[in-house]
Amino acid sequence: MSETVVNDNRRKVLIGMTAALGAAGVPFAATPFIAAWNPSAKAKALGAAVKVDISKIEEGQIVQVAWRKQPVFVLRHTKSSISNLSSVETKLADPNSLAIDEPYRDLYPTRSKSNEFSILAGVCTHLGCSPKYHPEVEPKPWDATWTGGFFCPCHGSMFDIVGRVFKGVPAPTNLKVPPHNFQGSILTIGEDKEIS
Amino acid sequence: MNTVFKWFNDRLPIVNTFERHLSKHPVPKKVNFWYLFGALASVVLVIQIISGIWLMMPYQNTEEGAFSSIEFIMRDVDYGWVIRYMHTTGASMFFAVVYLHMFRGLLYGSYKKPRELVWIFGMTIYLVMMAEGFLGYVLPYGQMSYWGAQVIISLFGAIPYIGESLEVWVRGDYYISGSTVSRFFALHVVALPLMLIALVFMHLVALHEVGAGNPEGIDIEEHLDEDGVPLDSVPFFPYKVLNALVGIGVFMTVFSIIMFFFPEAGGYFIEKANFEEANPLSTPEHIAPVWYYSPYYAMLRAVPDKLGGLIVMAGAIAILFVVPWLDRSKVNSIRYKGIFSKIAISLFAISFLTLGYLGTVPVTELRTLMSVICTAIYFLFFFLMPIYTSLETTKQPPKRL
Repeated sequence: MSETVVNDNRRKVLIGMTAALGAAGVPFAATPFIAAWNPSAKAKALGAAVKVDISKIEEGQIVQVAWRKQPVFVLRHTKSSISNLSSVETKLADPNSLAIDEPYRDLYPTRSKSNEFSILAGVCTHLGCSPKYHPEVEPKPWDATWTGGFFCPCHGSMFDIVGRVFKGVPAPTNLKVPPHNFQGSILTIGEDKEIS
Repeated sequence: MNTVFKWFNDRLPIVNTFERHLSKHPVPKKVNFWYLFGALASVVLVIQIISGIWLMMPYQNTEEGAFSSIEFIMRDVDYGWVIRYMHTTGASMFFAVVYLHMFRGLLYGSYKKPRELVWIFGMTIYLVMMAEGFLGYVLPYGQMSYWGAQVIISLFGAIPYIGESLEVWVRGDYYISGSTVSRFFALHVVALPLMLIALVFMHLVALHEVGAGNPEGIDIEEHLDEDGVPLDSVPFFPYKVLNALVGIGVFMTVFSIIMFFFPEAGGYFIEKANFEEANPLSTPEHIAPVWYYSPYYAMLRAVPDKLGGLIVMAGAIAILFVVPWLDRSKVNSIRYKGIFSKIAISLFAISFLTLGYLGTVPVTELRTLMSVICTAIYFLFFFLMPIYTSLETTKQPPKRL
């Protein structure tokens, strides 16, 4: 037998193919480790709708309920605060909620399915803190011309009383309006019969 | 050498390693107290690992059990309170010594050629430490744990397109829950400590390859004796080890005083709101991070834009990695740099400390303005570094230490 000659080209091809095959295996091997971080089937199953009796909420009062363990604000407006809504619009970044997927667009200025109540996800669209309700019309440390609304204590984002975000604050969009439905004095949050 | 020792030494490089890294490893003979904080950081790392292992035993990584298991450790486990306060004090002291260690690097140009990799490994350690500290802070599942995690995880949401699904993936749920706590626990006690130890090893190996720096910023390798040992050096063992022991003694005294008498450090080491169990429905009136993140938190708040805030915050840390290539000065040490460098580093230090303060207090219009100014100074220090370090006139450092 003659002495062995190393075929460099063949060796390169073989090394290249082995490496490529190994690399192709990486996503397969990684799949279970990445997928295991997704919400479990149990976590996905949670999230049933909650019911609130709105007949006990007085004008100007806010009630906080938990839906999917997150705060939801149910706010009953006074007649004057509804009629003043347009006066704050020059301060707002998106007064008509065009930048977000608004479920009840063009129904009422309250952004809900009622002309008296606002239903707002109490989660700041910036970094998820829960904004505080400050209905008073008076100068505040964060805004000298405050006319009532929500102020996020974490990073100073401001929203008006129907959850529309101010210009020049860190929060990018208006507060979300969760799906809801009114049946007499019962408000259901998390379920919308007419849509679903 | 006795036979048993010889048997081992023939199979394991004991003498060799001891000589190479300790008894014959040359270090500059004259350094100042700034050169102590690296040793102190490794002491704290050991404290954190040991106290951490002991905390793991009674801790429960579930949504229902986390908060009450901390109370259990504090009240019912013998000396549990000491072990927990050791760990919380250790976390803050770790950052304290690492910040001083990093500032030493900036003062004396410890990152300059040939120590760029030492600096980069060090910066990576700092980055992993920040993640480690954050994960650990979530585990007691108090109000600050919850809302801090809410804010930090929501930062991922600022990333365009994939942000919101990434948030859910990190939490393992649609909100922070037991899944989040248990995975943070796994990362905090296994994954990141392994990375930290590996990185510390690389940091030290790279350092021993190029040799330690000194406050004069001169290269001691230029003047060697006939054996090739730098004339201005002493062996690491025993000279530096015994020297460091004095510093370690002082440090441990300070550490113990905090641990025994002021473990909360007025709300800076353990925030008051964290003595209350996590309540997903109520954000505390005032959310502030622990002091060691507060400068970056102030930067985040200074930017009135979600993605912009994230970019500024990440950029503030990322830019530290490239400092070795931003500093164009002919000299290493601040002692021989020109007036511009001295002004720049002073303004930088003042703005970093001011940001640190601003990040712990509630927002007002004036404070937001101050945060913007300090953030600008912070970045200008780095952006202008190539210009002022190459323009200024430097002094000539001495030849010998």
